[in-house]
Amino acid sequence: MEEKNKFVKEVAEKKYEYGFTTDIQTEIIEKGLNEDVVRLISSKKEEPEWMLEFRLKAFRHWLTMKQPEWGHLKMPEIDYQGISYYADPTKGKKDGPKNLDEIDPELMKTFDKLGIPLEERLALSGTAVDAVMDSVSVKTTFKEKLSERGIIFCSISEAVREYPDLVKQYLGSVVPYRDNFFAALNSAVFSDGSFVYIPKGVRCPMELSTYFRINARNTGQFERTLIVCDDGGYVSYLEGCTAPMRDENQLHAAIVEIVVNENAEVKYSTVQNWYPGDAEGKGGVLNLVTKRGHLRGANSKLSWTQVETGSAITWKYPSCVLSGDNSQAEFYSVAVTNNYQQADTGTKMIHLGKNTKSTIISKGISAGKSQNSYRGLVRVAPGADGARNYSSCDSLLLGSTCGAHTFPYMDVHNDTAIVEHEATTSKISEEQLFYCNQRGIPTEEAVGLIVNGYAKDVINKLPMEFAVEAQKLLNVSLEGTVG
Amino acid sequence: MNSEQQYIDLFRQCRTMIDSHSAPVLNALREQAFQDFLQQGFPTQKVERYKYTDVPAAFAPDYGVNLNRLDIPVNPYEVFKCDVPNLSTSLYFMVNDAFYSKIQPAVALPEGMIVCSLHEAAQQYPELVARYYGKQARTGKDALNALNTMLAQDGLFVYVPRGVVAERTLQIVNILRSDVDLMVNRRVLIVLEDNAEARILFCDHAADDRSFLTTQIAEVYVGNNARLQLYELEETHVKNKRFGNLYVDQQADSNVSLNTITLHNGLTRNRSEVTLSGERAETNLYGCVIADKQQHVDHNTLIDHRVSHCTSNQLYKYVLDDQAVGAFAGRILVRENAQHTVSNERNANLCATKEARMYAQPMLEIYADDVKCSHGSTVGQLNEQALFYMQQRGISREEAQMLLRFAFAGEVIDCIAIDALRDRLHHLVEKRFRGELSRCSGCKICK
Amino acid sequence: MMLEIKDLHASINGKEILKGINLTVNPGEIHALMGQNGAGKSTLSNVLVGNPAYEVTSGSVTFNGKDLLAMKPEERAHEGLFLSFQQPVEIPGVSMVNFMRAAINAKRQYHGLEPMSAGDFLKMMREKRKIVELDSKLANRSVNEGFSGGEKKRNEIFQMAMLEPTLSILDETDSGLDVDALRIVAEGFNKLRTPETSALVITHYQRLLDYLKPDIVHVLLGGRIVKTGGPELALEIENKGFDWIKAELED
Repeated sequence: MEEKNKFVKEVAEKKYEYGFTTDIQTEIIEKGLNEDVVRLISSKKEEPEWMLEFRLKAFRHWLTMKQPEWGHLKMPEIDYQGISYYADPTKGKKDGPKNLDEIDPELMKTFDKLGIPLEERLALSGTAVDAVMDSVSVKTTFKEKLSERGIIFCSISEAVREYPDLVKQYLGSVVPYRDNFFAALNSAVFSDGSFVYIPKGVRCPMELSTYFRINARNTGQFERTLIVCDDGGYVSYLEGCTAPMRDENQLHAAIVEIVVNENAEVKYSTVQNWYPGDAEGKGGVLNLVTKRGHLRGANSKLSWTQVETGSAITWKYPSCVLSGDNSQAEFYSVAVTNNYQQADTGTKMIHLGKNTKSTIISKGISAGKSQNSYRGLVRVAPGADGARNYSSCDSLLLGSTCGAHTFPYMDVHNDTAIVEHEATTSKISEEQLFYCNQRGIPTEEAVGLIVNGYAKDVINKLPMEFAVEAQKLLNVSLEGTVG
Repeated sequence: MNSEQQYIDLFRQCRTMIDSHSAPVLNALREQAFQDFLQQGFPTQKVERYKYTDVPAAFAPDYGVNLNRLDIPVNPYEVFKCDVPNLSTSLYFMVNDAFYSKIQPAVALPEGMIVCSLHEAAQQYPELVARYYGKQARTGKDALNALNTMLAQDGLFVYVPRGVVAERTLQIVNILRSDVDLMVNRRVLIVLEDNAEARILFCDHAADDRSFLTTQIAEVYVGNNARLQLYELEETHVKNKRFGNLYVDQQADSNVSLNTITLHNGLTRNRSEVTLSGERAETNLYGCVIADKQQHVDHNTLIDHRVSHCTSNQLYKYVLDDQAVGAFAGRILVRENAQHTVSNERNANLCATKEARMYAQPMLEIYADDVKCSHGSTVGQLNEQALFYMQQRGISREEAQMLLRFAFAGEVIDCIAIDALRDRLHHLVEKRFRGELSRCSGCKICK
Repeated sequence: MMLEIKDLHASINGKEILKGINLTVNPGEIHALMGQNGAGKSTLSNVLVGNPAYEVTSGSVTFNGKDLLAMKPEERAHEGLFLSFQQPVEIPGVSMVNFMRAAINAKRQYHGLEPMSAGDFLKMMREKRKIVELDSKLANRSVNEGFSGGEKKRNEIFQMAMLEPTLSILDETDSGLDVDALRIVAEGFNKLRTPETSALVITHYQRLLDYLKPDIVHVLLGGRIVKTGGPELALEIENKGFDWIKAELED
């Protein structure tokens, strides 16, 4: 027992590995938010008029909204006027750097340190990367190779300029700016992010990936990702994120929209490792994100996989609207909270089409003084004949000062639907640990084994390289968890 | 006009009348309750706990309230014939919110045990009643508690002293009887002292074809090593609206079973809140709902594990036909100190038609690590394979469906510990499914 | 003539499995139906008892002179058709007693008889149970719930004893049974035989047929009966497999 307490204590004392800051000259606009700031962001990005209009409409709507309070979270007061809404580490170079020579060497070093290869020849795997620091996309790799197949992979700012028709058609079509408080805020001030378009019948030959990094002080990051996968297309997309250690909270309010057309398939994987704050709960990223996919076409598939280990507060529900008949959606999640971290995360599965199927597998791991909640909604609309859902939400508690909570909602309006939900909460039993000990495995390692075994169902859903990173992250978040 | 206003006006205008027909112990809480009601108003569906039932709409119509205690002529034996064979109970009646004292059961109660009108108890044993009345059903945390405490003048009082075992089941028949649409604010206070034992069966009936709106606040206190089985059987009609808040506080080593069976109703919203205050206490909550037409049944439970080594189980099953609406929200709260908690919650639902709706929300909120908690919830249909299998054996599809539904609901009925009552309920449930039980079986108006 | 199948075509999920079955079973006969996996054996048995998952696209089946395909599954049962399922389903909460009583009385009602009294029924249960050595505990449990594979198959034959069908279809009743269970099931079946009852036995193996002694053996291949013979045909298949039949067909 003493051994285990020691382990839990060590877990609580573990430091954040990506907490360095980059000393880089960054253009940051004045703190505060008003229409002029929205106009300024739009003009810095040289956006067309319609984009500005979109932002202003969202901003005006945001002014009428209140920050939601329903999460199982103790949210610090956010001073929306105390944040700068635009920070550019490329010092205002309009389109981002054209080639590597133009990138500030410090910036290159930053991404090197993070293990993100911006030089294509150095890339170990066939992964194309869009690297975003603060408000600006720094570099997108393998663009040319992808464009040979008609695949568009670029920053959203570039897409607004280069592919206005596509962006106009889809931006806000899955997450309208009225959707919620943070979505409205993002729609008004979003800075950068990635845009992906997979044309009809094209299977994307490599993993696409975006890497987000907050660096500048007192800035918010409001990235926006839009993925459109046309009929019969396929793409696997990865998202990773880190931030330096800062004493104050950093705001991150992103939107991810995914459109999946007929027979198309999208896999979206996230390894979220924003700075979680220190052991006393000071600082950390407020991760307030709206992610949603629209399965528009028949037989479409969308799968969300997330490994959430960072952030002081996570408020995030990657969701699926299953409109197309026979569409299939999956949500796999591991959420680890430690110290004073709080997570309220889960998904929504909205079944509209016939014979639609969704699966939810959620694994929560709580340690320290953290609070970890699963919140999920499964709704079967009257027309969704033959809808099926299976949900399984398990919680694992390490230590007696943390909390694990499950808030599932099931709204069934159709008699042909089958909806099942199961949940368990447990701790690692003494018998299990003793058995491992008796076989020569130290307690610390045994806990790691059991935790990784516990999270295995989800980790296995990640692309290979991400799975390795995710396992590593579990080790970092829960010291000594040897996989 | 909003729904609250008529109750605010009523209270302001009739305050003296309410007080004069009640007892000081009950009157003492009215002002605070009124202030709390003014402040809260009725909960809208935006309030998480009331998400599935529209309270303001239920309270909006104009109901009569019998505040000056007019005697309603009734002979309960004429309107109610409980026919549970082999069940010898101590039978009592409540007519609306009033204890019917003209008839008392022939078999005497054990020494020291009290079953009487709350009004009478509050006058005869003011200290005893004051010790428990309004202590759990706090008016500041729920507007219906506030409204009921404002207006309630009478109800039932059951007291089982230390070590006393009530052998016979207490059967309390709640009869709703009125010539006009009526609101009833009933209060129930049940106290089991240490080592006491009791079984109490409540049967809700409506004797008139009127709209009834009942608020019932029940506070139950179960002492150390005391045992209580509580059964609530609702067989009313479609014009009946029931809002029942039940609070149970359990001390160490106590054991409580609550079995709520809703066979016929209009709109029912039952909140059951169990606080496990003493170690090694066990609580079992069972619910069986059979609803059709436009019936609406909403169960909302909270099991509050405050101390270690307690056990709780919940099993709620719904069979919804026609346009019926069912809701189940069960919350298990395991506080920091409640190590070694074992808690299970299971909710299963059958929707028989496209129009029937089920909302399920099984929640776990856990702050202790050494616990075993699980919940499961399903919404689905009868097993097609099983149906076909039975058809192959020559059982018609309709009969096979009936058998499967009966088996589905039967799992909850099996949890009833009183043999005669269990058998009777199996019978009633089967009749209910066969459509032979168009309303309750014992009421005069249903014949 | 008890059962007459003429040019029966059937499909599942739009895929044609049976492609013109012709088969006649007379009272007292035992027919064995053999064939490799996917030949259509289980499809045929499911179609005969009216499983709605299968669609009859053409052909006819008469059973004791009546149009079998026009009947509901339960009517087919009342008429005396019984299927011992390959994988009997579990029905939690429904006790065997209630289940069988419902089945027996439904059949009696169909034939214009009064429901059986509880006493007679329980007596019948007791007697029939002995035929397959079914533990009384099993009979008191929910249908097939928590039964082992062998117990499930014995329970099938027990139900057959209770319902006294005129034509029984045994769909791989021997699969997964140990030696004792196979003997019990097969002997139970033989005890129930009369000159009027017939059976269609689907199996891969000779061993069950050693017990049941079929009169006629059919080989089903690609949705058609391609060969029919006496008991010696089954022995030949046991020794040589199906390839020689395929070769014969190609010639």
